[in-house]
Amino acid sequence: MIKIHEDKCDLCGCCVGVCPENCIDLTESRISIEHELCTDCRKCEWACPFEVFEFKNQKATLKVPA
Amino acid sequence: MKDSYDVIVVGGGPAGSTAARFAAMEGADVLVLEKDREIGVPVRCGEAVDHEGIIEFIQPDKKFVAAEIRNFKLVAPDGTVVKPNIEGVGYVLDRRVFDYELARLAADQGAEIVTKAYVDGVTRTDGRVEGVSVQYKGERILLKSKIVIGADGVESRVGRWAGLNTTVSMHDMESAAQVTAANVDVEDDTCFFYFGEKYAPGGYLWVFPKGNRTANIGLAVAADQSRKKHALKFLEEFMETNYPDASVLSKLAGGVPCAETLEEVTMPGLMLVGDAAHQVNPVSGGGIISGMIAGKMAGKVAAEVVKKDDMSLIRKYDQEWQKSLGIRHHRYYKIKKVIYKFRDSDLNSIAAAMSKLPEAQQTLGTLFKQAVMKHPALIMDVMKLFFS
Repeated sequence: MIKIHEDKCDLCGCCVGVCPENCIDLTESRISIEHELCTDCRKCEWACPFEVFEFKNQKATLKVPA
Repeated sequence: MKDSYDVIVVGGGPAGSTAARFAAMEGADVLVLEKDREIGVPVRCGEAVDHEGIIEFIQPDKKFVAAEIRNFKLVAPDGTVVKPNIEGVGYVLDRRVFDYELARLAADQGAEIVTKAYVDGVTRTDGRVEGVSVQYKGERILLKSKIVIGADGVESRVGRWAGLNTTVSMHDMESAAQVTAANVDVEDDTCFFYFGEKYAPGGYLWVFPKGNRTANIGLAVAADQSRKKHALKFLEEFMETNYPDASVLSKLAGGVPCAETLEEVTMPGLMLVGDAAHQVNPVSGGGIISGMIAGKMAGKVAAEVVKKDDMSLIRKYDQEWQKSLGIRHHRYYKIKKVIYKFRDSDLNSIAAAMSKLPEAQQTLGTLFKQAVMKHPALIMDVMKLFFS
């Protein structure tokens, strides 16, 4: 899952331009991702000039009942 | 704000304001919606334009011209400086004031401008765009229009909401960072361009003077090459090495869509202009003038569509754009693909060959010729360029 470090974000829109799912919303003062549409392609993370995005690999954990 | 207009322009940058200005001048009832609280802010731009490009739209004025440019200096990776002869004069603008002026010119023609109004969707009926939805003063309002002009920049979503694919590929997106720095010793009439892997892989670094020992210092890296090291890191390193005593007055991120011009910049009820339509020069990354040229075309055509009540006329904008600048941008894009293949050693040998030529022969034309000669493998690419 992509995590946004909002404190680093300059709201430039570079990520919005490359997002193939059109799922990044950018207002005057806020950036957000519609996670249900995001496919974790990571293009936003790589294109961002300010390293705002962080990809967190959520490994499936197998729960074994005790 | 009313609930219906002839033309709604999304975005109050140079392309949007120019579209609004000419649509209003031709008699259309125009609304400009700007998401930020102030036109012209923040500035996401190197701010350089040429005199010839700007005068069609506005007379250069001290209040928005920060520096007059007479020289270019190109710096190769090994430090060799090439100074091609350039004709005419260029300017480094103060975009905050410049954008204000362009918006004012639109307002003078009767366009209504509303800031802090965030467009979050378009409304459509039978494949035709009929308006926008906008978040304004805490409410979500639906506005109707005969034509929507999407001038919403690199982050454009207006086209995509309507069904035009304007996503920029990672190869074509330039990921940029810039500071406006004070206490820097720069040549007041010279724009510097630095090329090479250490400065900006797949792009270039610029130092554009803004007078009084200030300058825009920035760089753009191809997004598909910025994975390991992002634009800001490159810039911080350059500043530390070259301008350790600089004070940073502003620091900005940005994206430049150096892509092939879009095949279609209209659909029924919708036009795209400027960065939203990928109308940036793909080699230089400059987009102010081409955005204004397209804005003027789009504004005039929009007014005509409204006046004659004939939506089929909207295609005139497509045709005019492709015929004038579109065709040139297709060619520039092919040149960009060639330049993209240059490695540092190629750039060094081009610069070495150029610096041996008599000064009068050092032009951008011979620079390109040298580039081809120094890299024979590129000849085929360049042949393709001129014969395709």
